[in-house]
Amino acid sequence: MVPLPYYLVLSGILFGCGVTGFLIKRNVIAIFMSIELMLNGVNLSFVAFAAHWRALSGQVFVFFVMVVAAAEAAVGLAIIIAVYRTRETLNVDQVNLLKL
Amino acid sequence: MIHWVLFLVFGAISVAGAVNLLAQRHPINSALSLIAVLASLAVEYLLLGAEFVAAVQVIVYAGAIMVLFVFTIMLLNAGEEERTRGSRVAIVFGIPGMLIASILIAWILVRYSDTGAVRVGALAGTPTAIAPLLFHDFLLPFEVTSVLILIAIMGAVVLASREPARTSAERGQG
Repeated sequence: MVPLPYYLVLSGILFGCGVTGFLIKRNVIAIFMSIELMLNGVNLSFVAFAAHWRALSGQVFVFFVMVVAAAEAAVGLAIIIAVYRTRETLNVDQVNLLKL
Repeated sequence: MIHWVLFLVFGAISVAGAVNLLAQRHPINSALSLIAVLASLAVEYLLLGAEFVAAVQVIVYAGAIMVLFVFTIMLLNAGEEERTRGSRVAIVFGIPGMLIASILIAWILVRYSDTGAVRVGALAGTPTAIAPLLFHDFLLPFEVTSVLILIAIMGAVVLASREPARTSAERGQG
């Protein structure tokens, strides 16, 4: 049987990859996918803790996280399309209207 | 034994997919490797007894959300991203520091936590077991998320529509 910490380490690795991608990626869609990766890392630790503490509420929480992620993806991709219409670019370095 | 093999194989696939997501420069390749990550995570959920969550992961995440991503990438004709040079200090100190910190945390977690093993099959997250929680204990959050989804759909339509929606007053003037 796989001990709980191994699942937590795997979830931490996935979350770390998401954070790294969020920082180093320059394409706004790739940044968005890194956020999804972070959410999935958290979901894995939710499910691992749910199995460990015999509490099904953790799995219901994962369901809610997925619903919020779906809503976020819909709105975020619409924002990306709107930004692309006005700025003609997907590079976050060139979307700098709010920069000083 | 078989659980260890499945955990290690699909954990390795998910980590490899995550690293590939970072390494690829074209967004469509990143999206496809993210699908590999999501699918292998569904197997990890199955190992943990979360059958309903695994099914939802495949249908909603690997299915619906990633289709949305691929559609957007195709629609915007996203090309290869150009890299900008990061700072030298971040590469020299950041990567070794991050490696040391993550190895330390992993070692402490594995070595000094006396939590028992996750027993496979001890907790069955079947739809039958999830349904009373979802539709009784968490009924209010469930209904609130349905409103959230509705607002998100309307927001997406408003944001992505080509012509800005005109009010009836403007239409009367125009």
